[in-house]
Amino acid sequence: MTIKDKTAIVGIGQTPFAKSLGGTELALACRAIKAALDDAGIHPSEVDGLSSFTLEDGVEVDVARNLGMGDITFFSQIAYGGGAGCGVVGHAAMAVATGQARVAVAWRSRKRGARASRPWSQTRDRVGGLGEWSRPWGLVRPVDEIAMLARRAMHEFGLTRDHLANAAVAFRAHANRNPAALMYEKPLTREDYFAGRWISEPLCLYDNCLETDGAVACVIVTTERARDLPQPPVLIHSFGQGINRQHQVMTNYHGDDPLMGPAWACQEVLWRNADFGPEDVKVAQLYDAFSPLIPLSLEGYGFCKRGEGGPFTDDGNIQWPDGRLPVNTSGGGMSEAYVHGFNLIAEGVRQIRGTSTCQVEGADTSLVTSGEGVPTSALLLRSDSR
Amino acid sequence: MIAAPPLPLITETSAPFWEAAARGELRVQACASCGRLRFPPRPVCPWCQSFESEWPLMSGRATVWSYVVPHPPLLPAFQPLAPYNVIVVALDEDPTIRMVGNLLASAGGAINEIDPATIRIGEPVSVVFQQVADDVHLPRWVRAR
Repeated sequence: MTIKDKTAIVGIGQTPFAKSLGGTELALACRAIKAALDDAGIHPSEVDGLSSFTLEDGVEVDVARNLGMGDITFFSQIAYGGGAGCGVVGHAAMAVATGQARVAVAWRSRKRGARASRPWSQTRDRVGGLGEWSRPWGLVRPVDEIAMLARRAMHEFGLTRDHLANAAVAFRAHANRNPAALMYEKPLTREDYFAGRWISEPLCLYDNCLETDGAVACVIVTTERARDLPQPPVLIHSFGQGINRQHQVMTNYHGDDPLMGPAWACQEVLWRNADFGPEDVKVAQLYDAFSPLIPLSLEGYGFCKRGEGGPFTDDGNIQWPDGRLPVNTSGGGMSEAYVHGFNLIAEGVRQIRGTSTCQVEGADTSLVTSGEGVPTSALLLRSDSR
Repeated sequence: MIAAPPLPLITETSAPFWEAAARGELRVQACASCGRLRFPPRPVCPWCQSFESEWPLMSGRATVWSYVVPHPPLLPAFQPLAPYNVIVVALDEDPTIRMVGNLLASAGGAINEIDPATIRIGEPVSVVFQQVADDVHLPRWVRAR
């Protein structure tokens, strides 16, 4: 038994994205969820399933009693930050497909626009866990951890800064068409990219995602019910989660092959339960907290061979409208907003609905991934008519 | 933000590493049953599921596996040192045993004295220890002669 095509995303909602928004994370979560339910044409009192990140500030009980939800019969949380997003939706889909819930809501609300809100800046004087083996030497921020893998990929596979610039420039061009994007009115040229200040060599400012206040939510029901609702159903065709063998979160330097991350475990179940493969994916939203995750994800999810993720981005291949696989068509985490990758899920849905500001013609399949480099997840979406 | 560099929170599992470091020894946990090395230390051998471990002495020789050069914004203790280097080394005994460290110009040097442009992946390095707290001697690395 699989959950293939049994459930659909029928509503998406989001707050504005900004460096600073009023209201608590709970209030933002409720706004996004209410917007998603309105989009779906479903009253909050019908919601009986809730799926969220462990990092969420507004927990299920608060969301449910604020929005006037009824009895909740399924709730679940997933850890590991940016790797959780698609998994949160996947758990909601499994709950609906198996009858544990009838109307499930998944969301992420996050206020990280302010500098003081960055977790690395709150490092304690004594660090346990994995940080015991990295922080004392000055490897403190997520960007430092990923830069270490990027440098190794440059050495091992010939990844270049030009490849990383391909991603930064393409996503910015997409954001420049998306009025909801933080970078809507801010173009980025290749020259701008190379003039960007270093953050952690070999990564510069434009290899990093934005830091954003904002929330995004979606609503999941059975495909059968979805056909009676106002929006075109976006079917959850396949879903995967992945922790690869001997994985270590972020500082994944200790396995046999640190450049094969959790995406490699996730893709196995994702494609195993799907009726089509990477060559049939029309558009992809790939988690982009840092630009090197793009080539690593292209490789992990099977769009190219190992080591060819960098060259895959050449010749405008990931840029709308002419690229063979347009990626992050709303601007992604690097140019739309960084809502822990949940905005990528909303864009994956818009592509299937045909309402993206960088709409891929005939997009009847769409891949969305969550963070590579941490325990991760992915969703394969498709139209009802494919 | 904390003023001093962060220090390890030494646990029952990691104490043998730090106690050895305080004696100027690089020791890595190994399975007492199958002998395979593992790092960071943990209670069970993932290769044979034994709960028994030992801490053999390493040669202290390694090669640079990768490196980064952090720039601000950083924790206050690292900000004045930037740009500095952080390296990952692969131990000669088992190149899948990789550790985060810094490359120094000399055993007593600072983490920002090597010109990052001269760092090469694959170059051989040797361990040195620097005391940074009563109970913490950090393994760092100098170029092998």
